[in-house]
Amino acid sequence: MSAPALDALDALESESIHIFREVAGEFDRPVILFSGGKDSTLLVHLAVKAFAPAPVPFPLLHVDTGHNYPEVIDFRDRLVARLGLRLEVAHVQDWIDDGRLVERPDGTRNPLQTVPLLDSINEHRFDAVFGGGRRDEERARAKERIISLRDAFGRWDPRSQRPELWNLYNGRHAPGEHVRVFPISNWTELDVWRYIQREDVELPSIYYAHERPVFRRDGMWLAEGPWGGPRGSEALETKTVRYRTVGDGSCTGAVESAATSLDEIIAEVTASRLTERGATRADDRLSEAAMEDRKREGYF
Amino acid sequence: MAETTAPEAIIPRADPAASEPHHARDLLRFATAGSVDDGKSTLVGRLLYDTKSVLADQIEAVQRASVDKGLSTPDLSLLVDGLRAEREQGITIDVAYRYFSTPKREFVLADTPGHVQYTRNTVTGASTAELAVLLVDARNGIVEQTRRHAAVLALLRVPRLVLAINKIDLVGYDEETLSAIAKDFAGLARSLGFPDEAVVTIPVSALVGDNVVERSGHTPWYDGPTLLGHLESVPVVGPEVRSPFRMAVQYVIRPRRNSAGTDDLHDYRGYAGQVASGTVAPGDEVVVLPGGRHTTVAAVDTADGPLAAAGAGRSVTILLADDIDISRGDLIAAASTPPRVTSELDTTLCWLAEKPLRPGARLLLKHGTRTTQVIVGAIKGRLDPETLTFGDAPAQLQINDIAHVGLRTADPLPVDDYAQVRATGSFLLIDPPTGNTLAAGLVGYPLADALS
Repeated sequence: MSAPALDALDALESESIHIFREVAGEFDRPVILFSGGKDSTLLVHLAVKAFAPAPVPFPLLHVDTGHNYPEVIDFRDRLVARLGLRLEVAHVQDWIDDGRLVERPDGTRNPLQTVPLLDSINEHRFDAVFGGGRRDEERARAKERIISLRDAFGRWDPRSQRPELWNLYNGRHAPGEHVRVFPISNWTELDVWRYIQREDVELPSIYYAHERPVFRRDGMWLAEGPWGGPRGSEALETKTVRYRTVGDGSCTGAVESAATSLDEIIAEVTASRLTERGATRADDRLSEAAMEDRKREGYF
Repeated sequence: MAETTAPEAIIPRADPAASEPHHARDLLRFATAGSVDDGKSTLVGRLLYDTKSVLADQIEAVQRASVDKGLSTPDLSLLVDGLRAEREQGITIDVAYRYFSTPKREFVLADTPGHVQYTRNTVTGASTAELAVLLVDARNGIVEQTRRHAAVLALLRVPRLVLAINKIDLVGYDEETLSAIAKDFAGLARSLGFPDEAVVTIPVSALVGDNVVERSGHTPWYDGPTLLGHLESVPVVGPEVRSPFRMAVQYVIRPRRNSAGTDDLHDYRGYAGQVASGTVAPGDEVVVLPGGRHTTVAAVDTADGPLAAAGAGRSVTILLADDIDISRGDLIAAASTPPRVTSELDTTLCWLAEKPLRPGARLLLKHGTRTTQVIVGAIKGRLDPETLTFGDAPAQLQINDIAHVGLRTADPLPVDDYAQVRATGSFLLIDPPTGNTLAAGLVGYPLADALS
């Protein structure tokens, strides 16, 4: 009997499930890095499908900048409760309070996530950390492996990556080292949205158009919040916006949009002339090699 | 050397996705290979541009960086070269993955650099490719690098091959020049075992855009497809579909209780894996290897419910009729056409490491979901990339060498010849102290068999 051919989303889903199962089979203490954004929510959805009807055999880790959208925290807590998952939270604020980290002058906490992430990996002895990175996001990520070795300092060395052959993943590592795993490496932004629509995956409400008081900074619409804004001449105005990524509130911009449904979001993404990181993430615009630098030092 | 191209030479197509219907599209994984200066970065840039896969901020970033470098026109290779060292040195170091789509199909492109560590990069890109685009410069025709790349693609049994003869504008679109190259290449491909119907030659100019996405007005004598037209229409179905059923067990799913806390899943015992080749359906007779117990497939389960059948590439959970001791590392295979179980392997190795390989070395071998110890036996013959023959038997293998090597494994492995079933005929050799991947391994002599 012949089986129906896989369409692109089926093929991507099967590849991601294969990666989750390989890591579950070969590592002792995996963890899913979870931000509440669409990519990490997709990871959780795929992990559930990989091990059904058994529960997901590893916890979630949220590195919490404290600069959150309440809708996202509410979504996170409901998701964890519904799926019976274990959630670890590393609060960046704790590292600032005890002096291990110092608040930056610009108030942005995205770059401060790296130390709490690495400390948590060491503390919990996580040996495989799933992330929602995709190779289509940014040039440095186009050369990232699906399973990527990190030393005890979490560093990525792009010059000495292991070749990744067929679908035979080599996750061998020494004590103190760990791997970062990117199960949706081969998905594009549009694949993610189409799959979310096909599978009816719930997302935080801030991905859909809503009214929000925002102010303009560096060409982006930033939300009012405890992270320092608006300042000086920056004027607050109410706009109909939505978010394309979920990050630290101080540097994640909203886009003006009337898209309230997945159909409208997909139409908008399809027609968009700006990549999601370029449009809405100040931290990636710092320098030409911004992402590569942050990856080298242990960020995803 | 990085190539530059004038912005006015780039004519983006109308947005293909705007009129895109919501129908299921399939996925083609392909690789590009070529030697230095053949214009591969420009060709990849052209494909990305013309399929509207390069977005405004990426173009602006490239334009800014080009101005910073003192260039008067945008350097398209900057779109492709991801790492700082690559941009600084103007070379491509590592395999990069690119994504684009058209209304007909989605594409995953493994873009493999030609010079440094060409075996490592070409093997990596080709290992997951259903098609490879090999580039040559129309002024030079088939060169030694082309023969080396084609040999690696033949060794890896990439099912389909495209020869893109680039820079045809620089030979005046001369039909005779191009048909001579096409004829040379057809001979090379045939000698490497590619069936004629698997090979297509397309004359292109990546810089000007001839026959990449838009048909060229300069090549009236060419009646074949454009490169994109071919990529969109070539059948995706790989050889895995016609091979006998194989699936390595990745993980045993035993929920014991469901999320509601009741124990109606108490007896659920599923074997999770991705169908590596063939098809599996309830009622099929299977054998579990290396143990050799026979049983019947009771169900092919997924999170979305059971399937009537599952084909190559699908991740599933198989339930069996009999209670057999099965764990990660075992292989479930069609009972009528099982792989052989052996610990003595005749293999072809692509040696990818700086450190040389000597007979007697003790390494790790990863095959499917099983990792076992291995002792390296005799090096029986090494590929001479100039003559494309397996000749001398050196005392040790160096990086980029391809050779026939005997191996003895600690545990018996269920294997097929790579030429028959890619998934059960491929393996990695791993360095025990560092964990590094040393070699891509293929069971049997797939290239030597094709050459003879």
